[in-house]
Amino acid sequence: MDGLLPELEVVRKDFPILERTLANGRALVYLDSANTSQKPQCVIDAMVDHLEHHNANIARAMHQLGAEATEAFEAGRDKVAAFLGAPSRDEVIFTKNASEALNLVANTLAWKGRRQLGEGDEVVITEMEHHSNIVPWQLLTERTGATLRWFGLTDGGELDLSNVDELLTERTKVVAFTWVSNMLGTINPVAELTRRAHEVGAIVVVDASQAAPQLRIDLAAMAPEERPDVVVFTGHKVVGPTGIGVLWGSSELLGELPPFLGGGEMIETVTMARSTYAPIPHKFEAGTPPIAEAVGLGAAVDYLSHLGLDAIRDHEHAITAYALDGLATVPGLRVLGPLDAERRGGAISFEIDGVHPHDVAQVLDSRGVAVRAGHHCAKPAHARYGVQSSTRMSSYLYTTPGEIDALVEALEYTRSYFKLG
Amino acid sequence: MDLDNLYQDIILDHAKRRLNSGLREPFEAEVHHVNPTCGDEVTLRLHLDGAGDDASIADISYDNQGCSISSASASVMTELLIGKTVAEARPVHDAFLEMMRGKGRVEPDEDVLEDGIAFAGAAKLTARIKCALLSWMAYQDALIQAQEAQHG
Repeated sequence: MDGLLPELEVVRKDFPILERTLANGRALVYLDSANTSQKPQCVIDAMVDHLEHHNANIARAMHQLGAEATEAFEAGRDKVAAFLGAPSRDEVIFTKNASEALNLVANTLAWKGRRQLGEGDEVVITEMEHHSNIVPWQLLTERTGATLRWFGLTDGGELDLSNVDELLTERTKVVAFTWVSNMLGTINPVAELTRRAHEVGAIVVVDASQAAPQLRIDLAAMAPEERPDVVVFTGHKVVGPTGIGVLWGSSELLGELPPFLGGGEMIETVTMARSTYAPIPHKFEAGTPPIAEAVGLGAAVDYLSHLGLDAIRDHEHAITAYALDGLATVPGLRVLGPLDAERRGGAISFEIDGVHPHDVAQVLDSRGVAVRAGHHCAKPAHARYGVQSSTRMSSYLYTTPGEIDALVEALEYTRSYFKLG
Repeated sequence: MDLDNLYQDIILDHAKRRLNSGLREPFEAEVHHVNPTCGDEVTLRLHLDGAGDDASIADISYDNQGCSISSASASVMTELLIGKTVAEARPVHDAFLEMMRGKGRVEPDEDVLEDGIAFAGAAKLTARIKCALLSWMAYQDALIQAQEAQHG
């Protein structure tokens, strides 16, 4: 098959968990990478090495270990900045996850400052967002009296931009949308939407949680008018650890937003009456940050860069096309989202006539095939297509065509188990 | 786990037949419960005849969207509880909750739970316990609301 990662079997050996077996000696077929990715040995080793040899708190410990830990943590920031092509490494803020990054922006836009929202202002999102890119904006608009609006979706699973001129106006202050849908797989036109939003003076917040694992992101190479103001992603979907997320924001915007959490490390000086704040990135990193996690995330993005994001994208594309072909052979199966592998990422949600997704996932699990079932934190997108929940397979750089075959075979077995002919 | 242990014939049969499904009048309380992790939903109505512990459960009607475990559970529950008094239903309800929360270590009493013992397999699967409990929690909520309405 064309497009697969060269030496895929060697790459798979980097991921120790892929060798384990499940109940009844079943081989693991891990197709839940949009939920969380598996971790290569180099990421595990980097974190263990840090904890075994360099552990100390950062930026305040006046000893050798403190210096080593600080250096390792800041090296993680440098690696993430390189991974994103960030114009400045100080624009990379470490958070707990992508949700916290989005909440940081949505909260600070409600507070006193140059960017504070108020009545008459509008926030525009889309119907295909993960709940973490819906609820913070609902909270923001409820708190400030601003209005929440959204782009709808076409029957084919793409953003309906037919009313873009009506939605984006001088009242629009924020446009927030996902780069790649976690449910439909749709890849959205980031440059075009960003340009349109900037034309009306809005800031643009992009959720890259599903994009960062599989698309090359080069912020510095983007035309300024097409470059979002904020891009967020989470560590654990890019073969890194849980507990760390990334907020990249333009220096200009991050300078204008007030601090989010107050505490240690984010200050310049503190008196009992008031404080002044550290410059970015520390302004938004109150308290002891996830240090070992930053080391692990640095190793993770280095690993992806070593394989090459273009090679990973080609691999995902080949596997996704193969999976769409395989799924099309299962009677009664309907894919939600674009059917063209060119236009989508590696998460494929589907429903099967007559079997609830929970029951599908249960039977697949008995065959060692791990998928997600439910609403995937995208209830509005499910409602748009008249379904309550779905089953989702999601591949990644270590997925083989054989694993897709195992999925299709297990889906056939599911149909026979529930006596659907 | 062995699939047949989870999807026993009793469960697949109830999931297909959905005894007592559909929303009916009259009722004293209507509740809507969701399983936030998967989005499964049930709307459940309770009709009591009489008051207090001696009240008879005249009808439990429901409309649900859910997997075979949650659909079968609603079906089994209504079959078990309709016709009993509130006092008679309580030990059945308690026994079902005890079984489902027992991590598979509670040996169910068939005399009390009847078809309900078929869910012992689901009790071993953390991800499916909420599916089986959805309609039972809705009943409990509806009972409280119906009794409050009667007192009010």
